Amino acid sequence: MIYALCLVLFMVGLYGVVTKKNTVKIVIGIIIMEYAVNLFLVLLGYRKDGVAPIIDEGTSVLKFSQLAVDPLPQALVLTAIVIGLGVIALMVAICIRLYERYGTFDITEMRRLKG
Amino acid sequence: MVTLLTVLLFFMVVGAIIAVETKDLLSSIICVGAVGFGVSIAFLFLRAPDIAITQVVVEVLVLVILIRATISRDVTAISGDREFFSMTVSIALLLVIFIFGLEVFKSFPQFREPVFTTMSDASTNTYIQRGLIQTGAANLVTSIILDYRAYDTLGEATVLFTAILGALAILRAKARKRTTDSSEGNSDQ
Repeated sequence: MIYALCLVLFMVGLYGVVTKKNTVKIVIGIIIMEYAVNLFLVLLGYRKDGVAPIIDEGTSVLKFSQLAVDPLPQALVLTAIVIGLGVIALMVAICIRLYERYGTFDITEMRRLKG
Repeated sequence: MVTLLTVLLFFMVVGAIIAVETKDLLSSIICVGAVGFGVSIAFLFLRAPDIAITQVVVEVLVLVILIRATISRDVTAISGDREFFSMTVSIALLLVIFIFGLEVFKSFPQFREPVFTTMSDASTNTYIQRGLIQTGAANLVTSIILDYRAYDTLGEATVLFTAILGALAILRAKARKRTTDSSEGNSDQ
C-alpha cells in the first residue's frame, strides 16, 4: 500500500516530465521523482518499532541490533539528496540560459538548435 | 504509524499533482516545497533524523534557486498541453509502467520487514554489530558515509563540484561576449 503510494508520487513526476511544455515544469517533475525514489529507499529499510541507528551509551550492541533500522539506505540517500541539489542547480541554470536566448520557457518554441 | 505515513503520502501526492497541473509557476514551486517538507517529516517518522535535517536544508535551497529562476521573468502561462495523440500515447505508457511497478513490488519484502533481518550475511548486520567497535562512531550513518563507504562520499563530492562548476560556467556573463566576438570575426572574414 505504502509502496504503491510512493509509486503514484513517482508517476505524477513522470507525467509532468512527459506531458508539460514549460521547462520549469519539467524540472519540477524531475524533483518530485527524486523525492519519491529517496522516500522509497528509506521505506525499504524501516523495521517495525525500530529506533534510529544511533547507539546510546546505556544500550548494549546486541540489543541495539535487534531494534535498529537499516542505516545503509539512509547513508546512500543522504549522498543522493546532496547530489540532487547540484543537479537541480545545473538544470535551472540551463533553463535561465535558454530563457535568455529564446525569451520563453516553452520547449516547442525552441526550434533553432544551432548552439 | 502506517496510517500516519499513508495520510502524509496522500498529502504529498495531492501537492505533487497541484504542482504539476497549476498554471502559475510561483504557486507550483510553493507546492513543490510542500512536497519536500512532507518528505522530510516522513523521514523523521521513519527514524532517519540525519536525512530529515539534510532534506530541510536542501529543500530551502531548491526553493531559493527555483524562485530565483522564475521571478521577474515573463511567466505567462503556456496554454494547452501537447497534441492529443502524443498525450494519449504517453498516458498509456505511464499506465503500463505503473502496472509493471506494482507487479515488481510483489517480489519485494513486506513493509516493516527489511531484508537484512532475514539474511544473516547482509552487510548491514556487520555495520550494526561492529560499527561502534571498528569506527568509534555512535551514529552508524556517519560511520558508513565517512568510513565504510568513504570512496562513495568522495565520488559524491566530485559530482557535486562538477555540477556546480557546470552551472557557474553556463551562467557566466562573459560567454555571451565571446560568442559575439567570434561572430564578428566570422563577419570580417
